[in-house]
Amino acid sequence: MLPFILKRVFQSMLVLVVTGAIAFSMFTFVGDPIDNMLGQERTMEDVERLRARLGLDKPIPVQYFKFLNEAAQGNFGVSYRQGREVSEIIMERAPATLELAALSAIFAVVMGIVLGVFTAIRRDGFAAHFIMSASLIGVSLPTFLIGILLIYLFSVELGWLPSFGRGEVIKIGGWTTGFLTESGLKALILPAITLGLYQMTLIMRLVRSEMLEVLRQDYIRFARARGLSERVINFRHALKNTMVPVVTVIGLQLGAIIAFAIITETVFQWPGLGLLFINAIQFVDIPVMAAYLMMISVMFVVINLLVDILYAFIDPRLRVSAK
Amino acid sequence: MTDQPISAQQEQQSATPSRLRRALDSDFYYAFRRSPVAMVSAAVSLLLILSAIFAPLIATTNPFDPTSLNLMNGFTPPMAPNAFTGETFLMGTDDQGRDVFSTILYGMRISLFVGFAAVLFAVVLGIFLGLLAGYFGGWIDSFIMRTADVQLTFPSILVAMLIFGIAKGITPIEHRDQMAIWVLILAIGLSDWVQFARVVRGATLVEKNKDYVSAARLIGRRPSTIMLRHILPNILSPVLVIATISLALAIIAEATLSFLGVGAPPTQPSLGTLIRIGQGYLFSGEWWILFFPACTLLALALSVNMLGDWLRDVLNPRLK
Repeated sequence: MLPFILKRVFQSMLVLVVTGAIAFSMFTFVGDPIDNMLGQERTMEDVERLRARLGLDKPIPVQYFKFLNEAAQGNFGVSYRQGREVSEIIMERAPATLELAALSAIFAVVMGIVLGVFTAIRRDGFAAHFIMSASLIGVSLPTFLIGILLIYLFSVELGWLPSFGRGEVIKIGGWTTGFLTESGLKALILPAITLGLYQMTLIMRLVRSEMLEVLRQDYIRFARARGLSERVINFRHALKNTMVPVVTVIGLQLGAIIAFAIITETVFQWPGLGLLFINAIQFVDIPVMAAYLMMISVMFVVINLLVDILYAFIDPRLRVSAK
Repeated sequence: MTDQPISAQQEQQSATPSRLRRALDSDFYYAFRRSPVAMVSAAVSLLLILSAIFAPLIATTNPFDPTSLNLMNGFTPPMAPNAFTGETFLMGTDDQGRDVFSTILYGMRISLFVGFAAVLFAVVLGIFLGLLAGYFGGWIDSFIMRTADVQLTFPSILVAMLIFGIAKGITPIEHRDQMAIWVLILAIGLSDWVQFARVVRGATLVEKNKDYVSAARLIGRRPSTIMLRHILPNILSPVLVIATISLALAIIAEATLSFLGVGAPPTQPSLGTLIRIGQGYLFSGEWWILFFPACTLLALALSVNMLGDWLRDVLNPRLK
């Protein structure tokens, strides 16, 4: 068990070292931030002062160690575009993305499992067939089109829900939340569905196929022979045994939800990290890009690591083969 | 392939008709005729691809020629005469009086060009690195496949965005719009090579221990010749299948990036850029500027995707 975990931790560190090098080389070799920040009318003094303030006058190895040191403390310097500390901007934007991602994840997991079990138990029913064909279309539709479709339906035509922004938010310490106001909750619905829909169909199809597999097993037939009720068989015996692959997929998809939030946030003009990242790319705002890259890679690496370790705990065969 | 020398000779004499005959008799064609999904999606993809290629002939106007535009035609609804000029447009016009039908045809050219070029780039890179990794093994293999693992940690759309951002930073500001299409191809291609490299490496590992490879090595063929002339032709079929499915994904990836504003610029709009522009008019009621490009993108992505799925089932059922 321990060698397996150590090996995975080492691999994770490697990923972080590589992404760190990419993030740093972005700083060093991409564009001239001075050009981006100062306009046409600038003096050499302005240029030198800014160069010194951003630390661009030092040799590259010095800059690299400075970068690593600062990055480990969550400090990525000053945004080229906004002229503010990147860490400050990120702290300000993070609650919006995290609330959206959390709600989408809950939606995807709950609806995915419920619909997956339903379509497996009533596999020949009309509703199950309908849900399965609908999910096929859902998977092939690009996320941004789903978002636009929902906006058209619920904001333009019906006028029920807002089409952009977070609505009213309440500040609690350093955190802003939209969960406590009516307009904040309303604003969450469409983006959360847009973001979670793909993961929901994925979980649903997985739960369905796993359930169908498990329901064929002998111990289910035995449970039937014992005269247990359908409910107990389906939920106690069958669903429990489908959970191993489902947990893995849910774990891995959590990272994907935060990454795909970029698309959803752009469609709904949601003031989160994804929109920040897209704007950073459009304006070649390297510090923000680098910070986002490092943040998201730490997140992905940690999630992957946890899922692997969790998997090894749940499935003993993996532990044996790792040795 | 026949075992009688006489019929083989006959076949050579009438090469063209017999090849057609053979194609019509093949299992592949039989499976195709038996699947309505395959036939419909093939027809739709072919129609869209052909209309993109022949866009200058089909389009009523060239949307990028400023002299063909009349601002008075702006915001004409589809199939209704314009209030000022009396002209009618099949799919209406946008804010500058551009015919939406023509912009879609030209936009599809860019979407398809980027999609095909990106997949081609990914295939070539994936085959090259996969062959190297599989044939030589050792540290080359470890290096290439660990790189692939690192890249696979992240969703490919994120990788593509990042590459686009870096490449945009490197190109000088005055060339950015011209280079955007090539940067897009690079970004999508680089985000997609891993799956090809993995499949090619796996197949190469199997093939390189077969007798014909040993024989080629024995007569002193160079490794590059063995890889390209002997191994490669035998491992192409799974690559072809993945490439078709990748094409649909690349078209969607391109549309997504362009929609987000980190892809094709408004001066060379792809379907994604058109949807981005159209979204702005959703609230003011000009639905057609958004609706028709979105439908075209859907038809294109869905038909190619379904064709790819079908191809996978027919050519290589094990990949399912």
